[in-house]
Amino acid sequence: MPTHKLSLLGKILLYTLLALFAIQFAAPFAWMVSTAFKPLEETMALPPVWIPSEWKWENFTEAIASMGKFWRYAGNTLFVAFMSVIGSVLSSALAAYGFSRIEWRGRDKVFYLCIATMMIPFPVIMVPTYALFRELDWIGTFKTLYVPFFLGNAFNIFLLRQFFLGIPKSITEAARIDGCSELRIFFQLILPLSKSALLVIALFTFMHSWNDFFAPFIFINDQENYTLALGLQAFQSRQGGTEWHYLMAASTLIIMPLIVLFFFTQKTFIQGITATGGK
Amino acid sequence: MTRTEKINTTKGLLFISPWILGFLAFALYPLIATLYFSFMDYSVLAPPVPIGTENYAELATDTNFMKAVFNTVFFAAISVPLNTALACFLAILLNFNVVGKSFFRTAFFLPSLVPMVCLGVIWRWLLNGEVGLINQVIGPFADFANAVLGTSFSTPAWLEDPSFTKLGLVVASVWGLGHAMVIFLAGLQEAPVELYEAAQLDGAGFWSKLRHVTIPMVSPYILFNMIMGFIAAFQVFAVPFVMMDGVNEPPGGPGGSMLFAATYIYLKAFQDWEMGYACAMALIFFILIVTLTLTLMKISERRVHYAGK
Repeated sequence: MPTHKLSLLGKILLYTLLALFAIQFAAPFAWMVSTAFKPLEETMALPPVWIPSEWKWENFTEAIASMGKFWRYAGNTLFVAFMSVIGSVLSSALAAYGFSRIEWRGRDKVFYLCIATMMIPFPVIMVPTYALFRELDWIGTFKTLYVPFFLGNAFNIFLLRQFFLGIPKSITEAARIDGCSELRIFFQLILPLSKSALLVIALFTFMHSWNDFFAPFIFINDQENYTLALGLQAFQSRQGGTEWHYLMAASTLIIMPLIVLFFFTQKTFIQGITATGGK
Repeated sequence: MTRTEKINTTKGLLFISPWILGFLAFALYPLIATLYFSFMDYSVLAPPVPIGTENYAELATDTNFMKAVFNTVFFAAISVPLNTALACFLAILLNFNVVGKSFFRTAFFLPSLVPMVCLGVIWRWLLNGEVGLINQVIGPFADFANAVLGTSFSTPAWLEDPSFTKLGLVVASVWGLGHAMVIFLAGLQEAPVELYEAAQLDGAGFWSKLRHVTIPMVSPYILFNMIMGFIAAFQVFAVPFVMMDGVNEPPGGPGGSMLFAATYIYLKAFQDWEMGYACAMALIFFILIVTLTLTLMKISERRVHYAGK
Protein backbone atom coordinates (compact mmCIF):
# COMPACT_ATOMS: atom_id res chain seq x y z
CA MET A 1 0.00 0.00 0.00
CA PRO A 2 2.47 2.53 -1.20
CA THR A 3 0.23 5.56 -0.75
CA HIS A 4 -1.19 4.65 2.60
CA LYS A 5 -0.32 7.22 5.27
CA LEU A 6 0.59 5.52 8.49
CA SER A 7 0.01 7.02 11.88
CA LEU A 8 3.01 7.32 14.20
CA LEU A 9 1.83 4.26 16.06
CA GLY A 10 1.49 2.38 12.78
CA LYS A 11 5.03 3.34 11.84
CA ILE A 12 6.43 2.18 15.15
CA LEU A 13 4.58 -1.10 14.77
CA LEU A 14 5.77 -1.52 11.17
CA TYR A 15 9.46 -0.99 11.93
CA THR A 16 9.32 -3.08 15.10
CA LEU A 17 7.87 -5.98 13.13
CA LEU A 18 10.42 -5.58 10.36
CA ALA A 19 13.29 -5.43 12.83
CA LEU A 20 12.05 -8.50 14.71
CA PHE A 21 11.73 -10.51 11.52
CA ALA A 22 15.09 -9.32 10.26
CA ILE A 23 16.71 -10.49 13.51
CA GLN A 24 14.94 -13.83 13.22
CA PHE A 25 16.14 -14.33 9.67
CA ALA A 26 19.66 -13.14 10.32
CA ALA A 27 20.24 -14.93 13.64
CA PRO A 28 20.79 -18.43 12.24
CA PHE A 29 23.36 -16.98 9.82
CA ALA A 30 25.11 -15.06 12.55
CA TRP A 31 25.08 -18.13 14.77
CA MET A 32 26.59 -20.27 12.01
CA VAL A 33 29.41 -17.79 11.33
CA SER A 34 30.05 -17.19 15.01
CA THR A 35 30.20 -20.94 15.73
CA ALA A 36 32.54 -21.40 12.78
CA PHE A 37 35.13 -19.20 14.52
CA LYS A 38 34.76 -20.55 18.07
CA PRO A 39 37.00 -22.85 20.04
CA LEU A 40 35.20 -26.15 20.69
CA GLU A 41 34.33 -25.40 24.36
CA GLU A 42 32.49 -22.23 23.42
CA THR A 43 30.25 -23.92 20.83
CA MET A 44 28.23 -25.54 23.60
CA ALA A 45 28.59 -22.92 26.29
CA LEU A 46 25.54 -21.96 28.33
CA PRO A 47 24.41 -19.20 28.04
CA PRO A 48 25.33 -18.96 24.34
CA VAL A 49 28.49 -17.12 23.38
CA TRP A 50 27.90 -14.91 20.35
CA ILE A 51 31.35 -13.41 20.01
CA PRO A 52 34.15 -15.97 20.25
CA SER A 53 36.77 -15.16 22.89
CA GLU A 54 39.37 -15.83 20.22
CA TRP A 55 38.74 -15.97 16.49
CA LYS A 56 39.95 -19.34 15.35
CA TRP A 57 40.60 -18.99 11.64
CA GLU A 58 42.25 -22.38 11.72
CA ASN A 59 38.78 -23.92 12.13
CA PHE A 60 38.39 -23.40 8.41
CA THR A 61 41.63 -25.13 7.44
CA GLU A 62 40.84 -27.91 9.93
CA ALA A 63 37.35 -28.32 8.49
CA ILE A 64 38.74 -28.51 4.97
CA ALA A 65 41.29 -31.09 6.06
CA SER A 66 38.84 -33.29 7.93
CA MET A 67 36.10 -33.12 5.32
CA GLY A 68 38.28 -35.21 3.03
CA LYS A 69 38.95 -34.01 -0.47
CA PHE A 70 37.31 -30.63 -0.09
CA TRP A 71 39.01 -29.04 -3.08
CA ARG A 72 38.30 -32.05 -5.24
CA TYR A 73 34.58 -31.83 -4.27
CA ALA A 74 34.63 -28.11 -5.02
CA GLY A 75 36.17 -28.80 -8.44
CA ASN A 76 33.56 -31.49 -9.14
CA THR A 77 30.74 -29.17 -8.12
CA LEU A 78 32.08 -26.37 -10.30
CA PHE A 79 32.49 -28.69 -13.28
CA VAL A 80 28.93 -30.04 -12.98
CA ALA A 81 27.54 -26.54 -12.45
CA PHE A 82 29.48 -25.17 -15.43
CA MET A 83 28.34 -27.95 -17.77
CA SER A 84 24.74 -27.65 -16.54
CA VAL A 85 24.77 -23.91 -17.18
CA ILE A 86 26.09 -24.32 -20.72
CA GLY A 87 23.62 -27.09 -21.49
CA SER A 88 20.69 -25.32 -19.95
CA VAL A 89 21.28 -21.96 -21.60
CA LEU A 90 21.80 -23.49 -25.02
CA SER A 91 18.99 -26.03 -25.09
CA SER A 92 16.43 -23.91 -23.24
CA ALA A 93 17.09 -20.93 -25.50
CA LEU A 94 16.65 -23.07 -28.62
CA ALA A 95 13.41 -24.56 -27.35
CA ALA A 96 12.09 -21.21 -26.11
CA TYR A 97 12.76 -19.77 -29.56
CA GLY A 98 10.76 -22.58 -31.17
CA PHE A 99 7.96 -21.93 -28.68
CA SER A 100 7.81 -18.19 -29.26
CA ARG A 101 9.33 -16.76 -32.45
CA ILE A 102 8.11 -19.34 -34.96
CA GLU A 103 4.41 -19.84 -35.63
CA TRP A 104 3.39 -23.46 -36.06
CA ARG A 105 0.24 -25.38 -35.53
CA GLY A 106 -0.16 -26.97 -32.10
CA ARG A 107 2.73 -24.93 -30.71
CA ASP A 108 0.92 -23.61 -27.66
CA LYS A 109 -0.51 -27.03 -26.83
CA VAL A 110 2.97 -28.53 -26.86
CA PHE A 111 4.13 -25.63 -24.70
CA TYR A 112 1.47 -26.40 -22.08
CA LEU A 113 2.73 -29.97 -22.08
CA CYS A 114 6.20 -28.58 -21.42
CA ILE A 115 4.90 -26.50 -18.49
CA ALA A 116 3.01 -29.48 -17.12
CA THR A 117 6.25 -31.45 -16.75
CA MET A 118 7.20 -29.07 -13.94
CA MET A 119 4.65 -30.95 -11.85
CA ILE A 120 6.66 -34.18 -12.02
CA PRO A 121 8.72 -34.44 -8.83
CA PHE A 122 12.12 -36.07 -8.98
CA PRO A 123 11.29 -38.83 -6.46
CA VAL A 124 8.49 -40.00 -8.76
CA ILE A 125 10.76 -40.63 -11.74
CA MET A 126 14.05 -41.44 -10.05
CA VAL A 127 13.78 -45.22 -10.29
CA PRO A 128 13.33 -45.43 -14.08
CA THR A 129 15.89 -42.64 -14.50
CA TYR A 130 18.33 -44.70 -12.46
CA ALA A 131 17.57 -47.73 -14.62
CA LEU A 132 18.15 -45.67 -17.76
CA PHE A 133 21.49 -44.30 -16.53
CA ARG A 134 22.50 -47.80 -15.49
CA GLU A 135 21.70 -49.08 -18.98
CA LEU A 136 23.92 -46.29 -20.38
CA ASP A 137 26.62 -47.17 -17.85
CA TRP A 138 26.58 -43.61 -16.49
CA ILE A 139 26.04 -44.37 -12.80
CA GLY A 140 28.80 -42.75 -10.78
CA THR A 141 29.65 -40.22 -13.49
CA PHE A 142 28.92 -36.51 -13.73
CA LYS A 143 26.89 -37.16 -16.90
CA THR A 144 23.94 -38.20 -14.72
CA LEU A 145 23.93 -34.68 -13.27
CA TYR A 146 24.48 -32.41 -16.26
CA VAL A 147 23.25 -34.26 -19.36
CA PRO A 148 19.56 -33.68 -18.49
CA PHE A 149 20.28 -29.96 -18.67
CA PHE A 150 21.34 -30.31 -22.31
CA LEU A 151 17.82 -31.51 -23.08
CA GLY A 152 15.91 -28.41 -22.02
CA ASN A 153 14.37 -27.56 -18.68
CA ALA A 154 10.73 -26.55 -18.48
CA PHE A 155 11.29 -23.79 -15.97
CA ASN A 156 14.08 -22.14 -17.97
CA ILE A 157 12.19 -22.54 -21.24
CA PHE A 158 9.20 -20.83 -19.66
CA LEU A 159 11.30 -17.87 -18.49
CA LEU A 160 13.07 -17.40 -21.81
CA ARG A 161 9.89 -17.77 -23.83
CA GLN A 162 8.31 -14.94 -21.84
CA PHE A 163 11.32 -12.82 -22.65
CA PHE A 164 11.46 -13.73 -26.35
CA LEU A 165 7.76 -12.94 -26.75
CA GLY A 166 8.50 -9.44 -25.56
CA ILE A 167 10.96 -8.73 -28.37
CA PRO A 168 9.14 -6.86 -31.19
CA LYS A 169 8.43 -8.92 -34.30
CA SER A 170 9.64 -6.17 -36.60
CA ILE A 171 13.23 -6.80 -35.49
CA THR A 172 13.31 -10.28 -36.99
CA GLU A 173 10.94 -9.66 -39.92
CA ALA A 174 13.48 -7.48 -41.73
CA ALA A 175 16.19 -10.10 -41.32
CA ARG A 176 13.81 -12.78 -42.57
CA ILE A 177 12.97 -10.81 -45.70
CA ASP A 178 16.68 -10.40 -46.32
CA GLY A 179 16.86 -14.18 -46.37
CA CYS A 180 18.65 -14.75 -43.07
CA SER A 181 18.43 -18.32 -41.83
CA GLU A 182 16.47 -18.97 -38.66
CA LEU A 183 19.60 -20.10 -36.82
CA ARG A 184 21.37 -16.87 -37.73
CA ILE A 185 18.44 -14.80 -36.49
CA PHE A 186 18.53 -16.82 -33.28
CA PHE A 187 22.26 -16.46 -32.69
CA GLN A 188 22.89 -12.97 -34.04
CA LEU A 189 19.69 -11.10 -33.23
CA ILE A 190 17.72 -12.76 -30.46
CA LEU A 191 20.48 -14.05 -28.18
CA PRO A 192 22.38 -10.74 -27.99
CA LEU A 193 19.10 -8.98 -27.11
CA SER A 194 18.39 -11.49 -24.36
CA LYS A 195 21.61 -11.32 -22.37
CA SER A 196 19.86 -10.40 -19.12
CA ALA A 197 17.36 -13.28 -19.39
CA LEU A 198 20.14 -15.73 -20.29
CA LEU A 199 22.07 -14.54 -17.25
CA VAL A 200 19.04 -15.22 -15.07
CA ILE A 201 18.73 -18.84 -16.15
CA ALA A 202 22.50 -19.29 -15.97
CA LEU A 203 22.38 -18.08 -12.36
CA PHE A 204 19.40 -20.25 -11.44
CA THR A 205 20.98 -23.31 -13.00
CA PHE A 206 24.28 -22.65 -11.25
CA MET A 207 22.55 -22.30 -7.88
CA HIS A 208 20.57 -25.45 -8.52
CA SER A 209 23.68 -27.50 -9.33
CA TRP A 210 25.57 -26.10 -6.37
CA ASN A 211 22.70 -26.94 -4.00
CA ASP A 212 21.41 -30.20 -5.38
CA PHE A 213 21.62 -33.14 -3.01
CA PHE A 214 19.12 -35.81 -4.00
CA ALA A 215 20.31 -36.53 -7.56
CA PRO A 216 24.05 -36.73 -6.72
CA PHE A 217 23.18 -38.73 -3.62
CA ILE A 218 21.59 -41.41 -5.78
CA PHE A 219 23.70 -41.30 -8.92
CA ILE A 220 27.20 -40.66 -7.54
CA ASN A 221 28.67 -43.53 -5.55
CA ASP A 222 32.42 -42.93 -5.73
CA GLN A 223 33.86 -40.49 -3.16
CA GLU A 224 36.21 -39.14 -5.81
CA ASN A 225 33.17 -37.78 -7.65
CA TYR A 226 31.39 -36.27 -4.65
CA THR A 227 29.99 -32.77 -4.91
CA LEU A 228 30.27 -30.35 -1.98
CA ALA A 229 26.72 -31.14 -0.83
CA LEU A 230 27.53 -34.85 -0.68
CA GLY A 231 30.87 -34.18 0.99
CA LEU A 232 29.25 -32.08 3.71
CA GLN A 233 26.59 -34.69 4.39
CA ALA A 234 29.22 -37.44 4.61
CA PHE A 235 31.33 -35.24 6.91
CA GLN A 236 28.50 -34.48 9.33
CA SER A 237 27.41 -38.10 9.36
CA ARG A 238 30.96 -39.32 10.01
CA GLN A 239 31.72 -37.13 12.98
CA GLY A 240 28.26 -37.68 14.51
CA GLY A 241 27.43 -34.06 15.28
CA THR A 242 29.96 -33.11 17.93
CA GLU A 243 32.51 -30.88 16.25
CA TRP A 244 30.04 -28.16 15.48
CA HIS A 245 32.69 -25.51 14.90
CA TYR A 246 34.10 -27.52 11.97
CA LEU A 247 30.65 -28.29 10.57
CA MET A 248 29.68 -24.63 10.71
CA ALA A 249 33.00 -23.63 9.13
CA ALA A 250 32.41 -26.08 6.27
CA SER A 251 28.81 -24.86 5.83
CA THR A 252 30.01 -21.26 5.78
CA LEU A 253 32.55 -22.12 3.09
CA ILE A 254 29.87 -23.74 0.92
CA ILE A 255 27.36 -20.92 1.37
CA MET A 256 29.79 -18.02 0.91
CA PRO A 257 30.27 -18.32 -2.86
CA LEU A 258 26.48 -18.19 -3.29
CA ILE A 259 26.18 -15.08 -1.15
CA VAL A 260 29.00 -13.35 -3.02
CA LEU A 261 27.45 -14.32 -6.34
CA PHE A 262 24.10 -13.00 -5.14
CA PHE A 263 25.52 -9.63 -4.16
CA PHE A 264 27.20 -9.20 -7.53
CA THR A 265 24.10 -10.14 -9.49
CA GLN A 266 21.41 -9.00 -7.11
CA LYS A 267 19.43 -6.97 -9.60
CA THR A 268 19.35 -9.64 -12.30
CA PHE A 269 18.53 -12.22 -9.69
CA ILE A 270 15.55 -10.40 -8.24
CA GLN A 271 14.27 -9.60 -11.73
CA GLY A 272 14.53 -13.27 -12.58
CA ILE A 273 12.48 -14.42 -9.60
CA THR A 274 9.98 -11.68 -10.32
CA ALA A 275 9.61 -13.01 -13.86
CA THR A 276 8.88 -16.54 -12.64
CA GLY A 277 5.78 -15.28 -10.87
CA GLY A 278 4.46 -13.79 -14.10
CA LYS A 279 1.00 -14.95 -14.88
CA MET B 1 -1.10 -27.07 -44.73
CA THR B 2 0.53 -24.59 -47.03
CA ARG B 3 4.21 -24.78 -47.93
CA THR B 4 5.19 -22.03 -45.46
CA GLU B 5 3.18 -23.70 -42.72
CA LYS B 6 5.03 -26.94 -43.34
CA ILE B 7 8.39 -25.19 -43.33
CA ASN B 8 7.53 -23.37 -40.12
CA THR B 9 6.37 -26.54 -38.40
CA THR B 10 9.62 -28.27 -39.34
CA LYS B 11 11.63 -25.29 -38.11
CA GLY B 12 9.69 -25.08 -34.86
CA LEU B 13 10.09 -28.77 -34.17
CA LEU B 14 13.80 -28.60 -34.94
CA PHE B 15 14.26 -25.78 -32.46
CA ILE B 16 12.41 -27.56 -29.70
CA SER B 17 14.02 -30.93 -30.55
CA PRO B 18 16.40 -30.88 -27.53
CA TRP B 19 13.38 -30.46 -25.29
CA ILE B 20 11.46 -33.20 -27.14
CA LEU B 21 14.34 -35.58 -26.43
CA GLY B 22 14.39 -34.46 -22.80
CA PHE B 23 10.64 -34.88 -22.55
CA LEU B 24 10.85 -38.42 -23.90
CA ALA B 25 13.83 -39.44 -21.74
CA PHE B 26 13.05 -37.65 -18.46
CA ALA B 27 9.27 -37.31 -18.39
CA LEU B 28 7.33 -39.65 -20.67
CA TYR B 29 9.58 -42.72 -20.43
CA PRO B 30 10.01 -42.55 -16.62
CA LEU B 31 6.28 -42.06 -16.03
CA ILE B 32 5.36 -45.02 -18.22
CA ALA B 33 8.19 -47.08 -16.76
CA THR B 34 7.07 -46.21 -13.22
CA LEU B 35 3.61 -47.50 -14.07
CA TYR B 36 5.10 -50.61 -15.68
CA PHE B 37 7.56 -51.39 -12.86
CA SER B 38 4.81 -50.90 -10.27
CA PHE B 39 3.38 -54.22 -11.45
CA MET B 40 6.76 -55.94 -11.28
CA ASP B 41 9.14 -57.41 -8.80
CA TYR B 42 12.21 -55.47 -9.86
CA SER B 43 15.62 -55.02 -8.27
CA VAL B 44 17.46 -53.36 -11.20
CA LEU B 45 20.07 -56.11 -10.93
CA ALA B 46 17.74 -58.74 -12.40
CA PRO B 47 15.09 -58.33 -15.11
CA PRO B 48 11.62 -57.41 -13.81
CA VAL B 49 9.19 -60.21 -12.98
CA PRO B 50 5.46 -59.48 -13.35
CA ILE B 51 3.55 -59.90 -10.09
CA GLY B 52 0.25 -58.22 -10.93
CA THR B 53 -1.09 -55.87 -8.28
CA GLU B 54 0.88 -57.42 -5.43
CA ASN B 55 2.85 -54.21 -4.75
CA TYR B 56 -0.35 -52.23 -4.37
CA ALA B 57 -1.90 -54.88 -2.14
CA GLU B 58 1.19 -54.76 0.06
CA LEU B 59 1.09 -50.96 0.17
CA ALA B 60 -2.45 -51.05 1.50
CA THR B 61 -1.22 -52.76 4.66
CA ASP B 62 2.20 -51.09 4.98
CA THR B 63 2.13 -48.98 8.14
CA ASN B 64 5.33 -47.19 7.11
CA PHE B 65 3.65 -46.12 3.91
CA MET B 66 0.70 -44.74 5.88
CA LYS B 67 3.17 -42.87 8.08
CA ALA B 68 4.96 -41.45 5.07
CA VAL B 69 1.68 -40.24 3.56
CA PHE B 70 0.56 -38.74 6.84
CA ASN B 71 3.91 -37.04 7.56
CA THR B 72 4.17 -35.58 4.08
CA VAL B 73 0.61 -34.27 4.08
CA PHE B 74 1.02 -32.96 7.62
CA PHE B 75 4.24 -31.12 6.80
CA ALA B 76 2.87 -29.68 3.56
CA ALA B 77 -0.46 -28.67 5.12
CA ILE B 78 1.29 -26.68 7.84
CA SER B 79 4.38 -25.32 6.15
CA VAL B 80 2.93 -24.25 2.79
CA PRO B 81 0.04 -22.04 4.01
CA LEU B 82 2.25 -20.73 6.83
CA ASN B 83 5.13 -19.78 4.55
CA THR B 84 2.86 -18.36 1.85
CA ALA B 85 1.00 -16.21 4.38
CA LEU B 86 4.20 -15.08 6.06
CA ALA B 87 5.88 -14.28 2.73
CA CYS B 88 2.85 -12.25 1.69
CA PHE B 89 2.78 -10.48 5.06
CA LEU B 90 6.47 -9.53 4.85
CA ALA B 91 6.00 -8.29 1.30
CA ILE B 92 3.07 -6.12 2.40
CA LEU B 93 5.21 -4.67 5.21
CA LEU B 94 8.03 -3.89 2.79
CA ASN B 95 5.63 -2.33 0.32
CA PHE B 96 4.92 0.59 2.68
CA ASN B 97 7.83 2.41 1.05
CA VAL B 98 9.91 1.41 4.02
CA VAL B 99 13.20 3.16 4.70
CA GLY B 100 15.94 0.58 4.13
CA LYS B 101 13.64 -1.55 2.00
CA SER B 102 16.43 -3.23 0.05
CA PHE B 103 18.28 -4.03 3.28
CA PHE B 104 15.23 -5.80 4.72
CA ARG B 105 14.46 -7.50 1.44
CA THR B 106 17.99 -8.90 1.30
CA ALA B 107 17.81 -10.01 4.94
CA PHE B 108 14.59 -11.95 4.31
CA PHE B 109 15.75 -13.33 1.00
CA LEU B 110 19.32 -14.49 1.71
CA PRO B 111 18.44 -17.61 3.75
CA SER B 112 16.56 -19.05 0.77
CA LEU B 113 19.92 -19.29 -1.02
CA VAL B 114 21.29 -21.70 1.55
CA PRO B 115 21.78 -25.22 0.10
CA MET B 116 19.54 -27.93 1.54
CA VAL B 117 22.38 -29.87 3.12
CA CYS B 118 23.74 -26.75 4.84
CA LEU B 119 20.20 -25.93 5.94
CA GLY B 120 19.94 -29.38 7.48
CA VAL B 121 23.30 -29.09 9.23
CA ILE B 122 22.58 -25.59 10.54
CA TRP B 123 19.13 -26.49 11.85
CA ARG B 124 20.35 -29.72 13.38
CA TRP B 125 22.64 -27.47 15.39
CA LEU B 126 20.03 -24.79 16.15
CA LEU B 127 17.39 -27.34 17.21
CA ASN B 128 19.76 -29.37 19.38
CA GLY B 129 17.77 -30.17 22.53
CA GLU B 130 20.46 -29.30 25.08
CA VAL B 131 22.68 -26.59 23.64
CA GLY B 132 20.73 -25.48 20.56
CA LEU B 133 20.15 -21.77 20.14
CA ILE B 134 16.38 -22.15 19.73
CA ASN B 135 15.95 -23.78 23.12
CA GLN B 136 18.32 -21.31 24.73
CA VAL B 137 16.12 -18.51 23.45
CA ILE B 138 12.78 -20.04 24.45
CA GLY B 139 14.10 -21.61 27.64
CA PRO B 140 13.95 -18.41 29.75
CA PHE B 141 10.38 -17.77 28.58
CA ALA B 142 9.36 -21.27 29.66
CA ASP B 143 11.11 -20.80 33.01
CA PHE B 144 9.40 -17.45 33.47
CA ALA B 145 5.98 -18.90 32.72
CA ASN B 146 6.63 -21.80 35.06
CA ALA B 147 7.69 -19.49 37.87
CA VAL B 148 4.86 -17.00 37.45
CA LEU B 149 1.97 -19.14 36.29
CA GLY B 150 2.97 -22.38 37.91
CA THR B 151 2.93 -24.20 34.58
CA SER B 152 5.40 -26.92 33.74
CA PHE B 153 6.70 -26.08 30.29
CA SER B 154 10.00 -27.54 29.28
CA THR B 155 12.03 -26.94 26.14
CA PRO B 156 11.26 -29.60 23.54
CA ALA B 157 13.76 -32.19 22.35
CA TRP B 158 13.16 -31.08 18.76
CA LEU B 159 15.11 -33.84 17.10
CA GLU B 160 14.29 -36.76 19.42
CA ASP B 161 10.68 -36.30 20.42
CA PRO B 162 8.42 -37.63 17.61
CA SER B 163 5.77 -35.02 18.34
CA PHE B 164 8.25 -32.18 17.72
CA THR B 165 10.47 -33.32 14.84
CA LYS B 166 8.11 -32.17 12.09
CA LEU B 167 7.50 -28.86 13.82
CA GLY B 168 11.26 -28.35 13.88
CA LEU B 169 11.28 -28.97 10.15
CA VAL B 170 8.48 -26.44 9.69
CA VAL B 171 10.50 -23.87 11.66
CA ALA B 172 13.48 -24.55 9.40
CA SER B 173 11.31 -24.27 6.29
CA VAL B 174 10.18 -20.76 7.23
CA TRP B 175 13.75 -19.71 6.65
CA GLY B 176 13.36 -20.42 2.94
CA LEU B 177 10.37 -18.22 2.17
CA GLY B 178 12.49 -15.53 0.45
CA HIS B 179 11.65 -16.67 -3.05
CA ALA B 180 7.91 -16.44 -2.49
CA MET B 181 8.32 -13.06 -0.80
CA VAL B 182 10.13 -11.56 -3.79
CA ILE B 183 7.35 -12.81 -6.07
CA PHE B 184 4.74 -11.22 -3.79
CA LEU B 185 6.66 -7.96 -3.78
CA ALA B 186 6.57 -7.88 -7.56
CA GLY B 187 2.85 -8.62 -7.49
CA LEU B 188 2.20 -5.83 -5.01
CA GLN B 189 4.11 -3.33 -7.08
CA GLU B 190 1.94 -4.24 -10.05
CA ALA B 191 -1.21 -3.08 -8.28
CA PRO B 192 -2.10 0.30 -9.79
CA VAL B 193 -1.74 3.22 -7.39
CA GLU B 194 -5.05 4.62 -8.72
CA LEU B 195 -6.91 1.70 -7.17
CA TYR B 196 -5.58 2.63 -3.74
CA GLU B 197 -6.32 6.27 -4.34
CA ALA B 198 -9.87 5.47 -5.38
CA ALA B 199 -10.29 3.33 -2.27
CA GLN B 200 -8.89 6.17 -0.19
CA LEU B 201 -11.43 8.59 -1.66
CA ASP B 202 -14.19 6.15 -0.82
CA GLY B 203 -13.02 6.34 2.77
CA ALA B 204 -11.44 2.90 2.92
CA GLY B 205 -9.14 2.33 5.85
CA PHE B 206 -6.09 0.10 6.03
CA TRP B 207 -8.01 -3.14 6.52
CA SER B 208 -10.56 -2.63 3.81
CA LYS B 209 -7.83 -1.63 1.35
CA LEU B 210 -6.01 -4.79 2.29
CA ARG B 211 -9.11 -6.88 1.84
CA HIS B 212 -10.58 -5.31 -1.28
CA VAL B 213 -7.52 -4.16 -3.20
CA THR B 214 -4.31 -5.82 -2.05
CA ILE B 215 -5.46 -9.40 -1.57
CA PRO B 216 -7.40 -9.61 -4.88
CA MET B 217 -4.42 -8.07 -6.68
CA VAL B 218 -1.97 -10.64 -5.32
CA SER B 219 -4.34 -13.61 -5.55
CA PRO B 220 -2.67 -15.05 -8.67
CA TYR B 221 0.63 -14.97 -6.78
CA ILE B 222 -0.91 -16.68 -3.78
CA LEU B 223 -2.05 -19.48 -6.08
CA PHE B 224 1.32 -19.67 -7.81
CA ASN B 225 3.30 -19.76 -4.55
CA MET B 226 0.95 -22.31 -3.00
CA ILE B 227 1.27 -24.66 -5.98
CA MET B 228 5.06 -24.33 -6.12
CA GLY B 229 5.17 -24.71 -2.35
CA PHE B 230 3.14 -27.92 -2.37
CA ILE B 231 5.18 -29.45 -5.18
CA ALA B 232 8.36 -28.68 -3.22
CA ALA B 233 6.95 -29.80 0.14
CA PHE B 234 5.87 -33.14 -1.29
CA GLN B 235 9.48 -33.76 -2.31
CA VAL B 236 11.07 -32.88 1.01
CA PHE B 237 14.09 -35.12 1.51
CA ALA B 238 17.49 -33.56 2.11
CA VAL B 239 16.71 -31.43 5.16
CA PRO B 240 15.07 -34.15 7.29
CA PHE B 241 17.68 -36.62 6.06
CA VAL B 242 20.52 -34.43 7.30
CA MET B 243 18.70 -33.29 10.44
CA MET B 244 18.13 -36.90 11.46
CA ASP B 245 21.61 -37.89 10.30
CA GLY B 246 20.30 -40.52 7.92
CA VAL B 247 16.89 -42.11 8.11
CA ASN B 248 17.55 -45.81 7.94
CA GLU B 249 17.17 -47.13 11.47
CA PRO B 250 14.40 -46.86 12.41
CA PRO B 251 13.09 -45.70 9.03
CA GLY B 252 12.46 -41.97 9.28
CA GLY B 253 14.01 -41.11 12.60
CA PRO B 254 12.31 -41.24 16.01
CA GLY B 255 8.99 -43.09 15.79
CA GLY B 256 9.13 -42.78 12.01
CA SER B 257 8.07 -39.17 12.50
CA MET B 258 10.40 -37.93 9.76
CA LEU B 259 9.52 -40.59 7.21
CA PHE B 260 8.34 -38.66 4.16
CA ALA B 261 7.19 -39.76 0.74
CA ALA B 262 10.55 -39.14 -0.91
CA THR B 263 12.38 -40.70 2.04
CA TYR B 264 10.40 -43.93 1.91
CA ILE B 265 10.61 -44.19 -1.88
CA TYR B 266 14.37 -43.73 -1.56
CA LEU B 267 14.70 -46.33 1.21
CA LYS B 268 12.65 -48.92 -0.67
CA ALA B 269 14.37 -48.31 -3.98
CA PHE B 270 17.99 -47.82 -2.99
CA GLN B 271 18.36 -49.52 0.39
CA ASP B 272 16.10 -52.54 -0.08
CA TRP B 273 16.35 -52.53 -3.90
CA GLU B 274 12.60 -53.08 -4.11
CA MET B 275 12.23 -50.87 -7.15
CA GLY B 276 8.81 -52.16 -8.17
CA TYR B 277 7.41 -51.40 -4.74
CA ALA B 278 9.03 -47.96 -4.80
CA CYS B 279 7.45 -47.27 -8.19
CA ALA B 280 3.98 -48.17 -6.95
CA MET B 281 4.47 -45.66 -4.16
CA ALA B 282 5.89 -43.04 -6.50
CA LEU B 283 2.84 -43.36 -8.72
CA ILE B 284 0.42 -42.87 -5.86
CA PHE B 285 2.31 -39.77 -4.74
CA PHE B 286 2.32 -38.43 -8.28
CA ILE B 287 -1.45 -38.86 -8.56
CA LEU B 288 -1.77 -37.11 -5.19
CA ILE B 289 0.28 -34.11 -6.36
CA VAL B 290 -1.51 -33.79 -9.69
CA THR B 291 -4.92 -34.04 -8.02
CA LEU B 292 -3.96 -31.46 -5.44
CA THR B 293 -2.59 -29.02 -8.03
CA LEU B 294 -5.63 -29.35 -10.28
CA THR B 295 -7.98 -28.98 -7.30
CA LEU B 296 -6.17 -25.83 -6.18
CA MET B 297 -6.47 -24.41 -9.68
CA LYS B 298 -10.13 -25.37 -9.90
CA ILE B 299 -11.07 -23.90 -6.53
CA SER B 300 -9.19 -20.72 -7.22
CA GLU B 301 -10.71 -20.25 -10.68
CA ARG B 302 -13.54 -18.22 -9.22
CA ARG B 303 -11.53 -16.56 -6.49
CA VAL B 304 -8.34 -15.56 -8.25
CA HIS B 305 -8.48 -12.20 -9.88
CA TYR B 306 -6.40 -11.69 -13.02
CA ALA B 307 -6.03 -8.01 -13.75
CA GLY B 308 -6.72 -7.08 -17.35
CA LYS B 309 -8.47 -10.33 -18.17
